[in-house]
Amino acid sequence: MGMDLVLSKESIDNIINVLDEDLLRAGADCVLLVDRSGNLIVNRGDPANLDVVALAALSAANFGATAEIAKLIGEDDFALLFHKGKNENIHFTKVGKGFILITLFGKDVSLGLIRLNTAKVTDQLIPILGGEQ
Amino acid sequence: MSFIDLSKNEVQCKVVYYGPGRGGKTTNLLYIHQAMTEAVRGKMVTIDTKGDRTLFFDFLPLALGKIQGLSIKIQLYTVPGQVMYNATRKLVLKGVDGIVFVADSLRVQKEKNVESLENLRQNLAEDNIDIKEIPLVLQYNKRDLGGSNIPILSVEEMEEDLNQELQVPWFTGSALKGDGVFETLREISKRTVKYVSRKLLSR
Repeated sequence: MGMDLVLSKESIDNIINVLDEDLLRAGADCVLLVDRSGNLIVNRGDPANLDVVALAALSAANFGATAEIAKLIGEDDFALLFHKGKNENIHFTKVGKGFILITLFGKDVSLGLIRLNTAKVTDQLIPILGGEQ
Repeated sequence: MSFIDLSKNEVQCKVVYYGPGRGGKTTNLLYIHQAMTEAVRGKMVTIDTKGDRTLFFDFLPLALGKIQGLSIKIQLYTVPGQVMYNATRKLVLKGVDGIVFVADSLRVQKEKNVESLENLRQNLAEDNIDIKEIPLVLQYNKRDLGGSNIPILSVEEMEEDLNQELQVPWFTGSALKGDGVFETLREISKRTVKYVSRKLLSR
């Protein structure tokens, strides 16, 4: 059974700093950290009109469903997912075993930059989420 | 798995409505959604529904006020009841903190109820969760059909089929009319919060 997650104010502040520094400053519109059971841990950026709680639940489900696809083709999991829209794109990255980083960004931000920065952010988040891996 | 945010003093828990197909899990959530004010509930999300069956899950977040200074947020999920969708059920059960088992009072569903409860036990066991330890509440739904010419199971018979070993709290219900819906929700919320806080204290 997955352990319950308790995060102190300090840990939350650290997560916020990392997300703001490396993703919002790079042009992402909104960044969410969720766990794989669908809990929203942190959301940053401008989520006007965006139902972040539903987005967290659906993203966890989406990740779970694609993990099943991965198993069908002999993989354990997919480390990242990307959905492209007309104006808005969404990028999902696995963080450790139990978390997902969701990045929303517009058409004027390059996918390469987001990928590069989410990789950096993931490395910084894992020790903060530490004991839960 | 529950999540406690100490910067907001908030706890989030996950409650899953489980049970055989067409038993009234989604109807429970719809009733809660209709009856609660917007201040308390978030948007209900229903995905991949083909006809009146849930193919993936329904989702409804609720804010249930404060206990000892901690805001309680509960997220309700339903699973697809049809036997063939077990992979989806396992996915939705991931990180569950409390379960409502919605049993169907129709006599023709007698075996389906038992099968679904057994399926729940197995799926939990695969995740190393003992069905006797996790908060669980039974709801015997569709009681409003009593008195019509459709044969239904007596409460005693349902108790014998489903609750003899478990001995968990149960409620009769009619999700369509709202009977028993809030009683069930109140009981599972109480038990889930207690369970999560007890786990936290033992850390």
